[in-house]
Amino acid sequence: MSKAFIPYIMCGDPDLETSEKLIASLVEAGADAIELGIPFSDPVAEGPVIQAASSRALQQNVDANALFSLVEKVRKTYTIPLYVMTYSNVVFAYGIEKFVQRMQEVGLQGLILPDVPYEEKEEFDAICRKYQIDLISLITLTSSSRLEKIAKKARGFLYCVSSLGITGTRASLHEEIFDVIEQARDYTPIPCLIGFGISNAQQARQMARKSDGIIIGSAIVQLCEKYGREAPEPVHLFAKSIKEALTM
Amino acid sequence: MTKGRFGIHGGQYVPETLMHALEELEAAYTHYKEDPAFQEELTTLLKEYANRPSPLYFAKRMSEDLKGAKIYLKREDLNHTGAHKINNVLGQALLAKKMGKKRLIAETGAGQHGVATATAAALFGMECVIYMGQEDIVRQALNVYKMKLLGAEVVSVTSGTATLKDAVNEAMREWTRRIEDTHYCLGSVMGPHPFPSMVRDFQAIISKESKEQILEKEARMPDAIIACVGGGSNAIGSFYHYIDEKEVELIGAEAAGRGIDINETAATMAVGKLGIFHGMKSYFCQDEKGQIAPVYSISAGLDYPGIGPEHAHLADQGRAKYVPIKDDEALEAFQYVSKIEGIIPAIESAHALAYVKKLAPTLGKDKVLVVTVSGRGDKDCAALARYQGEEIYE
Repeated sequence: MSKAFIPYIMCGDPDLETSEKLIASLVEAGADAIELGIPFSDPVAEGPVIQAASSRALQQNVDANALFSLVEKVRKTYTIPLYVMTYSNVVFAYGIEKFVQRMQEVGLQGLILPDVPYEEKEEFDAICRKYQIDLISLITLTSSSRLEKIAKKARGFLYCVSSLGITGTRASLHEEIFDVIEQARDYTPIPCLIGFGISNAQQARQMARKSDGIIIGSAIVQLCEKYGREAPEPVHLFAKSIKEALTM
Repeated sequence: MTKGRFGIHGGQYVPETLMHALEELEAAYTHYKEDPAFQEELTTLLKEYANRPSPLYFAKRMSEDLKGAKIYLKREDLNHTGAHKINNVLGQALLAKKMGKKRLIAETGAGQHGVATATAAALFGMECVIYMGQEDIVRQALNVYKMKLLGAEVVSVTSGTATLKDAVNEAMREWTRRIEDTHYCLGSVMGPHPFPSMVRDFQAIISKESKEQILEKEARMPDAIIACVGGGSNAIGSFYHYIDEKEVELIGAEAAGRGIDINETAATMAVGKLGIFHGMKSYFCQDEKGQIAPVYSISAGLDYPGIGPEHAHLADQGRAKYVPIKDDEALEAFQYVSKIEGIIPAIESAHALAYVKKLAPTLGKDKVLVVTVSGRGDKDCAALARYQGEEIYE
């Protein structure tokens, strides 16, 4: 049996054509879902790797509409669940309802907004529910007293942040998040996936031990940065090694 | 509606990792706000360390020269560290100390808030790290030196536009990395709840004093209060105790940079639209896709693409109005007030003074204006001399 693997790529890094190929290479490598980033000028939850990817994508004028067209193309071939990750102002400026409606039309499954905590989610979630889009809830090492209310209202999967701080690879990962996940399971039956900081097969296996799967962003974006248009092949190999590590 | 709202503005749009820290901060602030011992300690510090109350000075020569309203200057430039920033910082640092935090971090634009935070950290024996845009480090070398002298580490922020908004981004990122022992001493009435309310409460001492002072001098309410607005902390502090005095006009002077019709401006109310950024819903300079716009002003302290949520609400209600002032107008006021009153104002404050220069002559001699000189201009002399083609050594 295998645990879930969700890779992240920034749309339009280095260009939209490559993004399409990257999605194909990730599907072929066995990814269970894919997170697609829409760049934002000031991504406060991101480390330097995804910040730089955001800047590169913004230079390509990548926006919400570019992502929607990309997904329309991908949907002709693949049925893999796709999630959008961006910041609230991108959705707000587009018009929340218009944005979520477009998500449904092109076949996206969920929305991840790292700057929208439980307290502010209803503004977005009421509309997401209307269009059957999952607004993903995040829990962190500091969520303990907030866990019950967050988990009870979570849909799709629970995004469990491995460590304090922002996205980016980490030399070592602590297992404190396992306790948080264990508590969360009392309140929700949905899968608990761990993200932030995971960068190799060994860490993926370690983090999947007591969760339902893992999310990898910066390590993949680093490959995109290094190989540019040639990234689909190395990304495929990397993703395959992760998926294999998760198959136990 | 969710917590910390001013009409539709405000809220807490931050990563989940920070929510626990915000809850903790709100609980501590709610407790200490009502604690007489805390208030007494803060009052003593403000009086004996920061030099409060700041004088309300009748600018006689300026009033005569402009041939109109009587102009009073609220002298925040005479505070310790040279600006209004110390009012907020002493409050937050004392609170952080009570909460058991050992480390203060802060963003800074012009460097005034960084210097104030470094000062409070030294006073309370706390560690201090200041995030400052690379651009601003060049513009404000003297303040960088001061922060280091006071024992703070100054981190140069090179991401984005390398100015104030990017310094806020970096300070927020650092806070999510290290929330246990660290307090983020936000410098303005912005960010997520409880910061806009808490910082406003600490700055409200400006209007609390000025109201008593003007009543003593004029035996009546002023006709208008004028203050410069970046994030808006000295302005909200200057307005606060007059908000319910409906006959008192409240005017914020924004930095228009090279002009609001070209894209080199920081005048949020003039060109911004509703959005969500830096933890709050408010007005922001942004493009049609919600990307935050690079902003420009001669003043590093007003060079911010947003405005505090309470100002956004005061504007929506029509209770306060916000006027754009260009670089050249501010520079002219900077020189004018220096010559005519012997007071060198901060270039930020010069935006408010520039508006007063336009407004006062249109009013009768029976009218009374109170303008906040939010800081002193020593820090600006070298940069402004360079701006005018004169090289001086600091």
